[in-house]
Amino acid sequence: MPCTVSMTVNGKAVSREVEERTLLVTFLREHLGLTGTHVGCDTSQCGACVVHVDGRSVKACTMLAAQADGAQITTIEGLAASDGTLHPMQAAFREHHGLQCGFCTPGMVMSAIDLVKDNASPTEQEIREGLEGNICRCTGYHNIVKAVKAGAEAMHGSGAKVAAE
Amino acid sequence: MYEFTYHRPKTLADAAALLGQSEDAKILGGGQTLLPTLKQRLARPSDLIDLGQIPDIKGICEEAGGIAIGAFTRHAEVAHSDVVRRVIPALADLAEGIGDRQVRNMGTLGGSICNADPSADYPAAVVGLKATVKTDRREIAGDDFFTGMFETALEPGEIVTAVHFQKPDKAAYAKFRNPASRYAIVGVFVARFGNEVRVTVTGAGPSVFRATDMETALAQDFRAEALNGIAVGADGLNADIHASADYRAHLVTVMAKRAVEACG
Ligand SMILES: Cc1cc2nc3c(=O)[nH]c(=O)nc-3n(C[C@H](O)[C@H](O)[C@H](O)COP(=O)(O)OP(=O)(O)OC[C@H]3O[C@@H](n4cnc5c(N)ncnc54)[C@H](O)[C@@H]3O)c2cc1C
Ligand code: FES
Ligand code: FES
Repeated sequence: MPCTVSMTVNGKAVSREVEERTLLVTFLREHLGLTGTHVGCDTSQCGACVVHVDGRSVKACTMLAAQADGAQITTIEGLAASDGTLHPMQAAFREHHGLQCGFCTPGMVMSAIDLVKDNASPTEQEIREGLEGNICRCTGYHNIVKAVKAGAEAMHGSGAKVAAE
Repeated sequence: MYEFTYHRPKTLADAAALLGQSEDAKILGGGQTLLPTLKQRLARPSDLIDLGQIPDIKGICEEAGGIAIGAFTRHAEVAHSDVVRRVIPALADLAEGIGDRQVRNMGTLGGSICNADPSADYPAAVVGLKATVKTDRREIAGDDFFTGMFETALEPGEIVTAVHFQKPDKAAYAKFRNPASRYAIVGVFVARFGNEVRVTVTGAGPSVFRATDMETALAQDFRAEALNGIAVGADGLNADIHASADYRAHLVTVMAKRAVEACG
């Protein structure tokens, strides 16, 4: 049966009629056209689909759009400033070459920002543990960890806005 | 996923009424087990009753002799709670070790224990901390709650509302985890209440169980060495691609010793 779901996505109020079984990730990608959020496994393992729901990272393939009704959602598209300036965590991934094919990157960046909210200056070990829900098949994680460390410093040090949310 | 009708009741009474209307209705907690199950079309509920908007079954409070945690309290909230950290730090540690950050941000205590996965972490604490499970109908002793693999004492349509955990003098949880899923291949919870010791084992058998020989030995001498030479039998333990029954039996003693050491 169709139902109406309404939420705020990257600062904009949206409302769509969808089937009740629609996943949040399907809602974002197919109904809103926000394809930056990826689907890697569709079995809750890989973290390519991570977005922020009311400020917390979740796997959008393991949540119904209906469960997010009324929530504030931030996706990878919502991080950069309106003039295109990258969020410090995105900039750090570019600077430290924290990606190869880039498929896992949106999820990695969203998880990393959530991690830094709880721990402003995580150690290498804490970053590795904090990114347990995200799988990368290219990089071997080394540069991702470096990027997150630098991104955390940039977010923290510059007193920059933590996220566009 | 097959089609279903989604409901978001605001009170426990409304949730119970919705469950009463259809035999094939199912409760939705954090969805971290149920949604993957539905995506694989392993279940076909007619209705999903989301408990996420019911304030009465959320939150953590210190109560006489322990802590009460609402069924719809996320693993991350338990892990980060100052109250849990102060009163029963082993419980906060256990919650922090469940799955990954995103699973902990969604998954709930109620969903975990109602699912009764043989490898889940919370069942070890429910039995280890002599908990009481509260439902919309009654109270069930933690010792009687888990009745088998993926089976509990709950009746159809019964809703878990909270769990009351007793405060031990000392406790710790040691888990040998599956590196991919983080579920327990074997997890052992050790808790000491005065002269009484509980040693509960998850992951090893079809359902959580108490290692009573270890409890007796530790009640006399609460040191890891007291467990030398004591093992659970491999008969009836789980065997899969991750670990044989013999290996799991071996791990029970190793994890029990680590938990005793972590009690300090
Ligand atoms: C990648 C991944 C890794 C994981 N790793 C671990 C791990 O290391 N350790 C671990 O213990 N678990 C792990 N889990 C499982 C996780 O803890 C789930 O959150 C939990 O098993 C189910 O909780 P939920 O709130 O998501 O419930 P749901 O999936 O919504 O529901 C599970 C079942 O419980 C029923 N239910 C839910 N709430 C209630 C209630 N209040 N009353 C009655 N019935 C109810 C539902 O009808 C359903 O049958 C993992 C899951 C994933 C996806
Ligand atoms: S697509 Fe969601 S976890 Fe892999
Ligand atoms: S960069 Fe290719 S999967 Fe991570």
